[in-house]
Amino acid sequence: MSRPIRVLVAKPGLDGHDRGAKVVAAALRDAGMEVIYTGLHQTPEMIASAAVQEDVDVVGLSILSGAHMTLFPRVLQLLREQGRDDVLITGGGIIPKEDMDALEQQGIAKLFGPGTPTTALIEYIRAWFAARQAQGA
Amino acid sequence: MSGSGAIERALERVLEGFAAGQKAALARAVSIIEDQREGHERLAATIHPKLGRARRLGLTGPPGAGKSTLTTLLAEAYLAAGMKVGVVAVDPTSPFTGGALLGDRVRMERVALHPNVFIRSMATRGSLGGLASMTREVCDVLDAFGMDRILVETVGVGQSELDIARLADTSAVILVPESGDAIQTLKAGVMEIADCFVVNKADRPGADRLRNDIEVMLGLRGGGGPAPDAHHGIDLKAVNPKRQAREAAARDDDRWTPPVLRTIGATGEGMPEFIAALDRHFAYLERSGTLQSRRRERLRDRVRDVVEHRIHRRLWRDEGIQQWVEAQLPALERGEVTPFTVAEALLARSVAAGTFTGSPT
Repeated sequence: MSRPIRVLVAKPGLDGHDRGAKVVAAALRDAGMEVIYTGLHQTPEMIASAAVQEDVDVVGLSILSGAHMTLFPRVLQLLREQGRDDVLITGGGIIPKEDMDALEQQGIAKLFGPGTPTTALIEYIRAWFAARQAQGA
Repeated sequence: MSGSGAIERALERVLEGFAAGQKAALARAVSIIEDQREGHERLAATIHPKLGRARRLGLTGPPGAGKSTLTTLLAEAYLAAGMKVGVVAVDPTSPFTGGALLGDRVRMERVALHPNVFIRSMATRGSLGGLASMTREVCDVLDAFGMDRILVETVGVGQSELDIARLADTSAVILVPESGDAIQTLKAGVMEIADCFVVNKADRPGADRLRNDIEVMLGLRGGGGPAPDAHHGIDLKAVNPKRQAREAAARDDDRWTPPVLRTIGATGEGMPEFIAALDRHFAYLERSGTLQSRRRERLRDRVRDVVEHRIHRRLWRDEGIQQWVEAQLPALERGEVTPFTVAEALLARSVAAGTFTGSPT
């Protein structure tokens, strides 16, 4: 049984640059996914609450403000508190490689930097989803 | 797949969480129903006895009319009154890619964090009636969870997306001054399903004229014209269909004439009147027995849908039947048989046999 992959695309924090998030949202839509777009200036609480209610498979955060070391772990923690430790939390923005590695240690998935083709993200999500479906999760 | 045992256990956990009022469990229950995942029939059966608490309110109208904004304002008001509110917002699926961008939450963030609200976006997934094919079933899930009000926002509609009328207790058609001239309001379809009209963005030019046009249409539909028993000549009141409609909408009797309201979503102006009109309509539904008949109609629809779905599934997943149909194609091409005779043969044999398995010949 195939069903569409559901993805929440959110822009946490205070930076107002949502071009990237919109490009990604449209690319994932065109890849056949159901994308819930929440707009700018979302708090981690809003993001986690939306992810839970929408029962998404993936949360994609776009962070250009430098607050990624705070925002990603907070969303992860809030989702875990509500029993959703099965969500793939990915994203992109201006994030140094060492921060990406540190976040990965904490349970955040692969993060994508500027210039990444959207196909890379699409393939990454599809591969993750297929693997999880195969496990029967 | 790791076997049906794991799925059973997962379903048990969902049912437990659902009974305990956990939103994550509600969300997963909605997904199980929406995707028709394994276990959906058991879930639907479990919640069935708990249905009937919530009032289901539908908001429909053209794109950009302000459906999301009015939905949010309604939710806000009901939450403030201490109620539990479920929101289902439907957006279109691309027929080309199967993907969808669901953006109604953007306008709902004012209420999104309230503990008594649950907002779910649904993609139409190929359904053409303004809703997703499983929206009604998802409303059932929200109803069983204990919502007092369920607000269903359709996709931006044209003139013939009428599924909302089959789902909602009360359907509101949201229009804006730019929605159309007098001719548009006379057309069939979406204008006929309204229990309530709302002219939103009523601070824009043309709002009063649109209200007039709708009221004239309603007055004409109600059989406006000179009253036959006007013995001192023609009663001028009676030939004013607009006035008739307005007066009929204000009366509490056994006929319902949809009121035509004005709102300004940006300021919330007109919302108390909108909410009062929804309450009055529900009171009318109860008083007139329409509520019971509408809900009974809904159950009849459900049974019919399940039957159709099962027949569909059994017929078209049967390899023998598929091969048999495939074998008829050359004769069809040559014009020796028609689609009707083929269908007749297939149905006669498979239904008579009480089973769809195996080739009908």
